[in-house]
Amino acid sequence: MTTTGERPVGFGRMTRKEDARFVRGHGTYVDDVRLPGMLYGAVLRSPLAHARIVSVDTSAAEAHPKVRAVITGETLAGLGLAWMPTLSYDTQAVLATDKVRFQGQEVAFVVAEDRYAARDALELIDVEYDPLPPVVDARRALDPGAPVIRDDKEGRTDNHVFDWEAGDRAATDEVFARADVVVGQDMLYPRVHPAPLETCGTVADMDAVTGKLTVWSTTQAPHAHRTLYAMVAGLPEHKIRVISPDIGGGFGNKVGIYPGYVCAVVGSIVTGKPVKWVEDRSENLMSTSFARDYHMPGEMAASRDGRILGVRVKVLADHGAFNSTAQPTKYPAGFFHIFTGSYDIEAAHCEVTGVYTNKAPGGVAYACSFRVTEAVYLVERMVDVLAAELGTDPAELRMRNLLRPEQFPYRNKTGWEYDSGDYPRALRLAMDLAHYEELRREQAERRERGELMGIGVSFFTEAVGAGPRKHMDILGLGMADGAELRVHPTGKAVLRISVQTQGQGHETTFAQIVAEELGIPPEDIDVVHGDTDQTPFGLGTYGSRSTPVSGAAAALVARKVRERARLVASAMLEVSPDDLEWEKGRWFVTGDPDQGRTMAEIALAAHSTLELPEGVEGHLDASCVYNPPNLTFPFGAYICVADVDAGTGQVKVRRFVAVDDCGTRINPMIVEGQVHGGLADGLGMALMQVIAFDEDGNCLGGSFMDYLLPTAVECPSWELGETVTPSPHHPIGAKGVGESATVGSPAAVVNAVVDALRPLGVRHVDMPLTPAAVWRAARGQPFRSDLAIT
Amino acid sequence: MQVPATFQYARATGVEHAIELLTRYGPEARLVAGGHSLLPMMKLRLAQPEALIDINGLDELTRIRVDGGELAVGAMVRHAGLLASAVVGEHFPVLRDAERMIADPLVRNRGTVGGSLCQADPSEDLSAAFCALRATLVAQGPDGRRVVPVREFFLGPYETVLGEAELLLEVRVPIRSHASAYRKVERRAGDWAVAAAAAVLELSGGVVTEAGIGLTAVGAPRFVAEEAERYLCGGPPDEERFAEAGRVAGEECRPSADQRGPVDYKRHLAAELTVRALRAAAARAQGQEA
Repeated sequence: MTTTGERPVGFGRMTRKEDARFVRGHGTYVDDVRLPGMLYGAVLRSPLAHARIVSVDTSAAEAHPKVRAVITGETLAGLGLAWMPTLSYDTQAVLATDKVRFQGQEVAFVVAEDRYAARDALELIDVEYDPLPPVVDARRALDPGAPVIRDDKEGRTDNHVFDWEAGDRAATDEVFARADVVVGQDMLYPRVHPAPLETCGTVADMDAVTGKLTVWSTTQAPHAHRTLYAMVAGLPEHKIRVISPDIGGGFGNKVGIYPGYVCAVVGSIVTGKPVKWVEDRSENLMSTSFARDYHMPGEMAASRDGRILGVRVKVLADHGAFNSTAQPTKYPAGFFHIFTGSYDIEAAHCEVTGVYTNKAPGGVAYACSFRVTEAVYLVERMVDVLAAELGTDPAELRMRNLLRPEQFPYRNKTGWEYDSGDYPRALRLAMDLAHYEELRREQAERRERGELMGIGVSFFTEAVGAGPRKHMDILGLGMADGAELRVHPTGKAVLRISVQTQGQGHETTFAQIVAEELGIPPEDIDVVHGDTDQTPFGLGTYGSRSTPVSGAAAALVARKVRERARLVASAMLEVSPDDLEWEKGRWFVTGDPDQGRTMAEIALAAHSTLELPEGVEGHLDASCVYNPPNLTFPFGAYICVADVDAGTGQVKVRRFVAVDDCGTRINPMIVEGQVHGGLADGLGMALMQVIAFDEDGNCLGGSFMDYLLPTAVECPSWELGETVTPSPHHPIGAKGVGESATVGSPAAVVNAVVDALRPLGVRHVDMPLTPAAVWRAARGQPFRSDLAIT
Repeated sequence: MQVPATFQYARATGVEHAIELLTRYGPEARLVAGGHSLLPMMKLRLAQPEALIDINGLDELTRIRVDGGELAVGAMVRHAGLLASAVVGEHFPVLRDAERMIADPLVRNRGTVGGSLCQADPSEDLSAAFCALRATLVAQGPDGRRVVPVREFFLGPYETVLGEAELLLEVRVPIRSHASAYRKVERRAGDWAVAAAAAVLELSGGVVTEAGIGLTAVGAPRFVAEEAERYLCGGPPDEERFAEAGRVAGEECRPSADQRGPVDYKRHLAAELTVRALRAAAARAQGQEA
């Protein structure tokens, strides 16, 4: 059996199994869940960024005829739930008691008979605030005398969250001291938001009789959520069921637990009814996990002939009002310390200082592989700054410094071991697809005519598939994932996985992995996920970890089944298991290929009256947990071609070439879809997205009129290429790909625009490259994109 | 999910009925046409009208006609209808240019010409385009009909001369031998303008005999650059004079800074887009597509 056409047995292009329901409008999202007697919740939010709460009067709201409960911070304090732990060992207010610390913070929760009444009742709650000066500019957060945001924490006198460093400071200082050339560039990766199409929400149903709590929730990590509910609320874990139904995009936004979820649970406990809470778009943009917000003064050292010797940076990280970043606990700056990128660099050192500001909490989220995005942006911008300083072509400078294939596995200077790669091949392919030399000639001609055309190159190395569990955990829960495979008597199979699709196509991809291993069609394999009562424990989907971790578990559990099938086949054929050989879908006798049994025949036999051999108790079912030995390191080379209108500052991305290497491609169509989405996302960040704040701490990106998502009009026809360098340690050689394009593309776009502006003496422009930002930068008068434009 | 506060709803069956309903429900009632500005504001509870009077059934306001040498666009004509109209495209390329860049197809299918003008959003494209064209507006209220020049229609942001129970019926523009164009900069397709300029030129014997320059999103009083218009009249339609007209337009507008850009940039754009729109209009006058 071989892979053919649209319906492969195993890897290959096939349309997505889940799309039949999505394109017909038959998906079931949290807001589609309707239970008998269900009530509706709404959150009252702070209009101020920083204020002391003087009083909260809920009497008028409680008197509303359709209101069933009003919950305040005081109510929750009585239950010990006013504060909850964050994923970064900080605490976050569920409902504010003492102060509000960002605009949009949760202050009270109303439960009513319908959505309209719940919303009406919010206006009946009277909160008296005593305004405090807010901390808006992260660069001022540690100033002496800055208002202390977290005075809830005993003895705290400043807004400092953490200091963290990686690499070798002395060695780095040494290479900088002897380098011919040192370049520096201060850059901001502004605060952006994942903005999934489906906002966050929960339906909580506490059954007062059985004591069982069922929570339908927008979560990328249902098992982790269940354990956290048990830990936070003190509910017995076996009495909690988290169901993550169809999820309309996550991008990291749905990793954490939000106050609204907890309020819905409390609302159900208080009223004895199911309670639905689904936030609106502004609530999503203003209060749920943002991403980035890294202020990065980078430096790069090199020899005169263009050998990169060292890189260093002292990052200021804006973490908002509560440190609730979602990342492996040991890494407060995520995987930022992979900022040596794809280059053979002698020495590197980074320091990261996290600060509190009066802004929404969160961080890390948004298709960034735990801050690899910021790292890639930093190093790729620095390489271009260096290229400009040296007068070297940026592609040529990269080619000169890229890791060579024979250096893999490669240990970089901050401790990462890159598993596999052929970087020059990927860059060469991208340059060939783009006709790079021709583009440079065209650019020269256009510059003669005074036109602004730019060519931007970026090369990225991703780090995805967390754990291993000993190095990576969230609140002590090790990052590993389980899989269970059941084969029915007729040879149809059910795979149960712990990761959670938000649109990535798991129901197809994971069926294809099992199909590849067992030789049965993907249509015959049902993939079950998103229900803690039905699936094995695991840490969920984020950081592109589904395929690297859970995909490996699926392959390994299928191999267990296959080996068990071998034993059954040996009994059926009355030969030794050692005399059997596997071809896709059947075991046969060595030297006598006609003597064989298919998986379906074997599955039936395993449930039949056949005398089963030792090692087989009665079926073929198996389970396993996969604890990855290392991350996988996908990589790619991107080239962007952009034209800038000198008169208006408008940027038009004309072409975008993306060569991705994510190892083995299970379903190339799905991989390409992931890359398309990530490129659009990255282009959006580069050109138009930012959550800025005015001097009072008002969020200036609280709607889709203010926070812009790119459309097809802004996106060029993506030109994709691929190389395949399998991961040596992954069972099927696959690496994650979900975030590659988001990680790699912003730098390519910015590099292209800066390249276009080079004749005007521009060396850098901070994102987003709006017409105004480009026009001002071209005049040498850039403005801060994270603050209100004045 | 954003939900509006409680409101009453009445569906008008004709113009007279709509005026009667407006009178009955009083100052806290709002007409709903396409609803693309009003309904989001109601969902955000920035607007809480006590009653909505739905005029989507007023078929008599959905026509585009040529009437006595004038183009007459009914107030309930959808953006998509204006964009698709052959007569509009032939005589008023400024409207076609503008409509191509107004919001997105979904909004254009629903949003109306009259709603856009009556909302009086300071960033509205059609306001600038119709002001450049010196359109007149026909309105009807309890005291009967009246005609208002569009340049006297706007009192300020979100404020027009229409009375509480008055309804815009149609927009009228004389069909003349002028050339026109619209140029806009937006941060992204579908976004409101950072700035935009409409240019209308009437030429005779190589001289500009009348000029219309509309500006939106830059605080131009009543959406026009009158000094620049006056400057252009009587001279040749050439690059030098366009550049000066742009400079004058940039100076007479009063933009305010927001996340779309700082004041100096918007002022610059007003000038730049004025020049580009004038250039395109002049090219069209020569029979060149621009």
